[in-house]
Amino acid sequence: MSQTRDLLVASATRIFSDLCTRATLEAADEGAWPEGLWSALDSTGIAAASRSEPRGGAGAEMTDLCALARAAGYWALPVPLVETWLAEQMLAAAHLPPVTGPVTVGPVMRRDAVQLTRDPAGWTLRGVLHRVPWARHATALVLVADSPEGARTLVLKDMPAVTEGWNLAREPRDSLRFEGCRIPDECVGAAGAGMGRPELYFRGALFRSQQMAGAMERVLELTVAYAKERVQFGRPIGKFQAVQQQIAALASQVAASSAAAEAAAEANSDVLARFEIAAAKARIGEAVATVAEVGHQVHAAMGFTHEHSLHRSTRRLWGWRDEFGTEADWQAWVGAVAASVGGEQLWTYVVASRKPDVGPPLP
Amino acid sequence: MLTSFSLSSLEMPSHLQSLREEVRDFLQTQLAAGSYAREPSGWDRYDAAFSRKVAERGWIGMTWPRRYGGHERTSLERYVVTEELLAAGAPVRAHWLADRQFGPLLLAVGSEAQKRDYLPKIAAGECYVCVGMSEPDSGSDLASIRTRADPVKDGWRINGRKVWTSYAHKAHIMNLFARTAVFDPKDRHTGVTQFIVPLDSSGISIRPIINLAGDHDFNEVVFDDVFVPVGNVIGAVGQGWQQVSGELAHERAGSERWLNAYGVLVHLLQNVGTAPERHSAQTIGRLVSHLWTLHRMSFSLAGLLNQGITPQVEAALVKDLGNQFDQDIPEGARAVLQEEDRAGLASNDRFNAMLDRALLYAPSYPIRGGTREILRGIIARGLGLR
Repeated sequence: MSQTRDLLVASATRIFSDLCTRATLEAADEGAWPEGLWSALDSTGIAAASRSEPRGGAGAEMTDLCALARAAGYWALPVPLVETWLAEQMLAAAHLPPVTGPVTVGPVMRRDAVQLTRDPAGWTLRGVLHRVPWARHATALVLVADSPEGARTLVLKDMPAVTEGWNLAREPRDSLRFEGCRIPDECVGAAGAGMGRPELYFRGALFRSQQMAGAMERVLELTVAYAKERVQFGRPIGKFQAVQQQIAALASQVAASSAAAEAAAEANSDVLARFEIAAAKARIGEAVATVAEVGHQVHAAMGFTHEHSLHRSTRRLWGWRDEFGTEADWQAWVGAVAASVGGEQLWTYVVASRKPDVGPPLP
Repeated sequence: MLTSFSLSSLEMPSHLQSLREEVRDFLQTQLAAGSYAREPSGWDRYDAAFSRKVAERGWIGMTWPRRYGGHERTSLERYVVTEELLAAGAPVRAHWLADRQFGPLLLAVGSEAQKRDYLPKIAAGECYVCVGMSEPDSGSDLASIRTRADPVKDGWRINGRKVWTSYAHKAHIMNLFARTAVFDPKDRHTGVTQFIVPLDSSGISIRPIINLAGDHDFNEVVFDDVFVPVGNVIGAVGQGWQQVSGELAHERAGSERWLNAYGVLVHLLQNVGTAPERHSAQTIGRLVSHLWTLHRMSFSLAGLLNQGITPQVEAALVKDLGNQFDQDIPEGARAVLQEEDRAGLASNDRFNAMLDRALLYAPSYPIRGGTREILRGIIARGLGLR
């Protein structure tokens, strides 16, 4: 298992590092679609990594996907890779055939819902989705919709016009409005057969946590390198204790985030480990404030420029900590779980590798 | 990239889970028999009778060779046992230092005679150790110590003064740090030697230093021409600094660095009910997410120790985060259960006593075992900044 992962991470890292160039990231910031990067991910099977072997993919496990997501976060990968994996997981759960990416998913907001109804002419979709990741560049959208018989997964292959929006990292986060959009029968899964909105939300939080942990590694690396090379008062600023203490505090937060990300990834190898996902998103989301603050403080004015690459990581961190639940949302969820478990049982619960699945459906 | 620190993943072998259950059963039995209760001071209580019971279960000297009274188990097994004992607030302070760092130190650099003389007694829960490092003018700057050991016939003569020596008044021996060569400012880390000093040696006087909570934990230990035989040198003369660096990784890596205020969280949850309002849930959930992360980090460190790696930088990271957690728990708890709520608690409710103790002891955590500033300096060195 870990060999497969090492191999996947190695080949993905090669692609990420070769193709996530400064020019590509700048162009993506301006709205360009990095076709070369996506074709590389597509042709190497990385885009389809979450597909099982019978469905024509590499059959990567969640731990493998999470390791790749951390690498993607580290390189600030400007494409919907984790969204494409999520879409495939939704399709597989609903027994719908795979679709070629880039694909995105919805709803990603807790308050958004779309309705699927059937009349003699077929299926009709209504509703509004906000902040759908990368929708304008996606070839398809995989959705969980409410139908009178229960939740259904569906795939929308004719993407409607979107209202463009962005997160703080200038990653596309678009709104879509469906007013009686027709969906062919073969694109709609059976009622109750798919993933459900809460599970999509948890999985989204898991992937964003991994991406954040990767981006934090980058911030730490950039910050240490800069502290070693920037000279003031006749020596590198990293030689000053005041600066060292700050960077050490940053490193502690990064180490905690990496540990939380890995623990959550491993807990999810077969069943959805909701507590671990929640605790990781809470812990890592909280760490973003210190990581970004210290990273920028050490880089000073240089890090505040468009020219310097630090903001490609810190803006993503600021964007991702708010997506699929803020740290405050997840802290409240974890707190509700702890309260229902109770003081005497808390320890047993927290250290157990398989936990009773308690807690509300959504944070 | 992606691996600045070696805190990577670990499989959880299933026998560790059954070991956890074993420790929990033991604790349940002891609790029911009244041999301990969860107290505000948590695991930080000296109880020789309890330590002997822990020893009878084979849970002291767990990783040491059998020929020295050990049990040849893994560092991960030791980690699981200690974590369960600490989380339950079991009174394990008496044997703690001996088990955690003195035993491993002797195994690493001690003489055969020292191992035979001390390890079996420690593993039996009958020999307790304190650490003589700090002095009135030497805290973080350990290399500047002035307590001297001068060579005499068949041994060494010690003169000087140690302070902040926890439980010197109850321990049997001190692991003493003393200067055996003149301080060289150009080579600060030489000329220091570690000694085993029986605390009943003639010339030793031990005086209490009462802490701000009114407790007697600290002592001042004065050495006035104290003789120790030549066989009491630990490791090599002059190599004390190098030896202690490895010892400190053991000292800093464990769950005792973040399980000091845990009892507050237990009693807080007992008081907020099963459905706290959002803000309280958020405060509690933040603490629990940290608890879960620290557990993971310490467990990974135990895995590194198990592989024979001495993770000094990683241990410093965990201690730094853990100390903060021990301070965050009482702060969070007082925000959730406020003065008015606390005043209304039943007189037999332990929450208030737990909170008071945690608040009074909070300043001590980022000081003992290496200050926050020293730890962050170690981390910075690990990052190549120094």
